[in-house]
Amino acid sequence: MLAVQDLAVRFGGVTALERVSFEVRPGSITSVIGPNGAGKTTAFNAITGYLRPSGGRITYDGLALTGLRPSAIARRGIVRTFQKTSVFPALSVEDNVLTGLHLRGTAGFLGILTGRRRLIAEELALAAEALSIIDFVGLVHRRREIAGALPYGEQRLVELAVAVAARPRLLLLDEPGAGMTGAEKIVVSGLIRRVREQGVTILLVEHDMRMVMGISDTVIVLNGGRVIAEGAPAAIQAHPEVIRAYLGGSAGSA
Amino acid sequence: MTRAGGWLLMMAALTLPLWLQSPYHLHVAIMAGIFGVLAMSLNLLLGYTGQLSLGHAAFFGIGAYTSALLTLKLEWSFWPALVAAVALAGAAGFFIGRLALKLRGAYFVLVTISFAGVISLVSINWIELTNGPLGLPGVPAPELGPWSLRSKTAYYYLVLAAVVLSYLVCRRLVRSRFGRALVALRENEPLAESVGVDVTRYLVLAAVVSAAMAGLGGSLYAHYTRFVSPEVFLFTYTVTMVIMVVAGGKGTLAGPLVGAVVFTVLPEALRAAASWQWQMLAYGVLLVLLVFFLPRGIVPRLVAAFSPRP
Repeated sequence: MLAVQDLAVRFGGVTALERVSFEVRPGSITSVIGPNGAGKTTAFNAITGYLRPSGGRITYDGLALTGLRPSAIARRGIVRTFQKTSVFPALSVEDNVLTGLHLRGTAGFLGILTGRRRLIAEELALAAEALSIIDFVGLVHRRREIAGALPYGEQRLVELAVAVAARPRLLLLDEPGAGMTGAEKIVVSGLIRRVREQGVTILLVEHDMRMVMGISDTVIVLNGGRVIAEGAPAAIQAHPEVIRAYLGGSAGSA
Repeated sequence: MTRAGGWLLMMAALTLPLWLQSPYHLHVAIMAGIFGVLAMSLNLLLGYTGQLSLGHAAFFGIGAYTSALLTLKLEWSFWPALVAAVALAGAAGFFIGRLALKLRGAYFVLVTISFAGVISLVSINWIELTNGPLGLPGVPAPELGPWSLRSKTAYYYLVLAAVVLSYLVCRRLVRSRFGRALVALRENEPLAESVGVDVTRYLVLAAVVSAAMAGLGGSLYAHYTRFVSPEVFLFTYTVTMVIMVVAGGKGTLAGPLVGAVVFTVLPEALRAAASWQWQMLAYGVLLVLLVFFLPRGIVPRLVAAFSPRP
């Protein structure tokens, strides 16, 4: 279980997050929503080690994550995607996913130079696994194409495939539906559900309310660097603080 | 490169001394081989991790001096001196890798240039050890059992063996998760970290292998020219390596080798064809044309020309 306690992030004098606490139940799909600048991506960056928090504790299964490098956090089973499309642009879809399988490989530096047979066997196994992941996101027909040349929606699928390849136990998705067409969002929602069915816990940041309310078990609302509400989608939609945050402070107080 | 093409090239390389009667031509072939090792070494960093080492001559020079000093002063034989040269250059690569851990792009370039500058000054000023600007003459020719490898033909085969070994090491590394980790660092470092690639660890490892390979080139150079001076640290050596890698095709296995052959033979051919005033001019013009028409390098262009489009 991921537990965030009193997380604070300050950039100079600007407070991005202030005493943010929440938990993510294993096996759930939890969404973090909030207006622009609420601190959603900042929270993601702090959890995954891209940003050192100014205060607070982040633990996963009781072990502290604070201060670890992103790659060390990935090794503990926490993998993220990025808000801006993020693939290995010059590589084929296949090589993108193979790179995502990095932690699945075991060959060390000397093993690579000396153990020809084992290396070949491992490469074959990894290639087979990569293919099954590419099939999962539905890009088999694109597997030899250069990722950077694919249409936007498909690049986001490659991104998801790379993250899934890293075998996360907790997958953090930063706006997986951003910039996608309605049809593509339905595909992505379906994929996210299927990833969860494989036992992966999912934490996501998303702006599309229909998508959030459709797939989340729990919704956490951030505003101005604080958690203002947390609960099931239906309860969140009726929450007065949330309505005020989204419609503007004056509307609520007037 | 297809398998058949590779074997054909290998056969050509193995029989080369039979066709090249002139010792001068064999000399050019030996230098092309030594630069082939150096270019492959630079390519590991520049082509795969995307980090430009503009101090690569330092590792080359460290290899050359180590091998020369051990054979001259401690009377080691060639082979252990060669191993020591590779190891010491690799250690220097480790040092630079650790130093540049968080540095990328221009900052990485600056650290490598500075390192080469410092090492070069040491070689000039530590006269008791290095004999200063006068250099170390009389570096012995290598021996293999009872045979001396003094002849150009024998040395050619020694260098060829080093080229093949370096190529195989590069190929094995590049086509594994090690190589994928290096490319991931070049392509998208935050994404690489997010899937668990310990980017800095791989950058350090790449620097060690690259430097060790340059040290191998340095040792071969020292025992071939039989003379080592601070000139081995000259910036031109680094620039030549960069030209070879970029023109041949950075981030490809065959690119640096092709680049090394082209840019070792080209100046020699120009020397035969034109007076010295025109040589550098022609070299420069050819280089500009090459970069202009083949921006990704010779090898990627050839691969694109010969691979069937789906």
